[in-house]
Amino acid sequence: MNRRTALKAVIAAVFAGSLASLAIGAAHAADPIRIGAVAPKTGPLAAGAAVTHWPNIQLWAHQVNEQGGLKMKDGTRRKVEIIEYDDRTNPGETIKAVQRLATQDKVDFILAPYGTGLNLAAAPIFAKYGYPQITSTSITDKTAELTKRYPSIFFTLGTTTALANSVAGILVKLHNEGKIGNKVAMVNVADAFGIELAESARPIFKDAGLEIVFDKSYPLGTQDLSPIVKGAKAANPDAFVAWSYPPDTFGLTAQAKIEGLDTKAFYTAVATAFPVYLAKFGKSVNGVLGAGGVNPDTPAMKAYYAAHKKVTGKDADYWASPVMYATLQVLGQAIEAVGTDRKAVTDYIKNATFKTVMGPWKFTNQSIHDFWTVGQWQNGTFYGVASTGLSGAKPVITKTGW
Amino acid sequence: MDILITGVLLGATYSLIAMGLTLQYGVARIMNLANGEMLVAGAFGAFWVFTTQKLSPFTSVAFVAPGAFVLNWLIYRFLLRPLVRRAKNRGMLEVDSILATFGMAFAFVGIMLLVFGGEYFTYSYLDEPVAIFGSPFGLNRVVACLVSVALCGLLYLGLNATRTGMALRAVAVDPAAAGLVAIDVPRMSTFAFALGGAVTAVGGIVLSTFLTMDASIGIVFTMKALIIVIMGGVGDVRGAIIASLILGLAETAVASLIDPGLTLAAAYLLFLLVLLFRPEGLFGRRQS
Repeated sequence: MNRRTALKAVIAAVFAGSLASLAIGAAHAADPIRIGAVAPKTGPLAAGAAVTHWPNIQLWAHQVNEQGGLKMKDGTRRKVEIIEYDDRTNPGETIKAVQRLATQDKVDFILAPYGTGLNLAAAPIFAKYGYPQITSTSITDKTAELTKRYPSIFFTLGTTTALANSVAGILVKLHNEGKIGNKVAMVNVADAFGIELAESARPIFKDAGLEIVFDKSYPLGTQDLSPIVKGAKAANPDAFVAWSYPPDTFGLTAQAKIEGLDTKAFYTAVATAFPVYLAKFGKSVNGVLGAGGVNPDTPAMKAYYAAHKKVTGKDADYWASPVMYATLQVLGQAIEAVGTDRKAVTDYIKNATFKTVMGPWKFTNQSIHDFWTVGQWQNGTFYGVASTGLSGAKPVITKTGW
Repeated sequence: MDILITGVLLGATYSLIAMGLTLQYGVARIMNLANGEMLVAGAFGAFWVFTTQKLSPFTSVAFVAPGAFVLNWLIYRFLLRPLVRRAKNRGMLEVDSILATFGMAFAFVGIMLLVFGGEYFTYSYLDEPVAIFGSPFGLNRVVACLVSVALCGLLYLGLNATRTGMALRAVAVDPAAAGLVAIDVPRMSTFAFALGGAVTAVGGIVLSTFLTMDASIGIVFTMKALIIVIMGGVGDVRGAIIASLILGLAETAVASLIDPGLTLAAAYLLFLLVLLFRPEGLFGRRQS
């Protein structure tokens, strides 16, 4: 057989195969509900998405399909089919992929992208094609404006001000109890997230009676954070607060251990709630404060963590993972209630109450207003210690050395 | 004193990142934009050995170095040799190799994503303080510095005291003339490219003890290596070492004395100055 005939044979085989699969597809009673997913698989945010975003989609789709699909109004069951695109952590690519899903793949629904920036970038295109965008990994103070402008966007994870407020609240509480002094060393990553948080934290800390004795930023991707930790230590603070991203969360913690920066309150932001943080630093993380937190003791939450581990082989994080899963539950319950009409689903989400792993959820002004803000590692679990109105918070402990 | 030591430690880190590319660019004339991915692959090797085999990450050198050597040999032999043959002059080869390796970088990221997954890879090894002149420094960084010194020393000796080294340097200076004195230029170039890849992968092993890695982070290292190689001058190991140290010291000094937010600005300012006043690099030869 020469090369050309071999090639023909291959093409024929592929063609026959796809015909066969088409025939099988048509034989099914109900077509699956097609759901698009756009998020980073490569690029700077890929590793975070690999912890928080993709495994939850895998888990939810697996669970829905295992029980035969979503139970529609007319009593039929419809499975879900996920169509995934990698946006390479590039907002332009996110927008293109959403457009492609809407116009070429003609999917029934599109899951919200990953991270604040990519979600905000994609909001206009979601709105243009009338797809509900239930975000789970976006934190911004602009929720009021955004929900007014885009009638189908939903926010669930919180706001920057609430995050900064809670950190200040905890420090003030520890100070009033006489457990720590009022001197705070604050650093932030020079990226939208870090800058926004540092800016909202400065006046909040000052009004709360805290003195900021060290206040510096560092570029994203800094490979040596020791000058920063040395500087913070030289300022002799009682508390250390870092509005940090994953690589620097690990770097700052490692460096603080080495430099012996053992403040009684130690806070790093994103990725403190990741299981790999505990895996890397072991017992020494006891007492470390971080963004997020959960109440892992509810039966729903316990079942969620067990299922996550079983289906995806990975541990869920202790902040946005269950929130992400809850947004998928919201979408599923809305589809079960009103079908695949996107307008009806959006309206239903605005008004109904949902039973989620995070507890009952009811959106007001397209946002969830009760969310965890600060968590703390206590005996190998990252418990929520502050929230905006959730129950089950653990009391804060002070950190005793590394 | 603190600034000096921290700066030297950081400089040593940078030299680990850049040393491999110096060889690849200097001798084989391949501006390898997939260099960072090779480093990340080495780091994954160390991570795997540490987490699944419970061995010291440095034991992974045993399979990472030869593995990277063979892989890079094959890459050069089958993917880059055609470009070298086709190129009419050095400029054309550089442009072609930049485009080709840029594409390869994407392919590598995809492969690593498939094989290792997309999460963060980080672990604690030698993550303890060691006092130098009374100040604490991370033991893993100090070890990295020692490895870097040893590696640079070996390379320098190898290049200056052995016959192969001399041949490599000859190719770096003038491939055409090297061919005239019976040096097998294609073979030497392949060897340099493969050796560079192995050195980069070993660098990745060492860096993984204190840096958090993921499958797509390679580009960050590539950029740093590019700056250092261009600053140091093409094909000169000394130049790359000096440039790494200057960058490390400058960034640390700026971070400690002025503001940590300006470290990148300081690095690029230095880069600009070198480009403006010594476009051939610190140790480079002026082209006639």
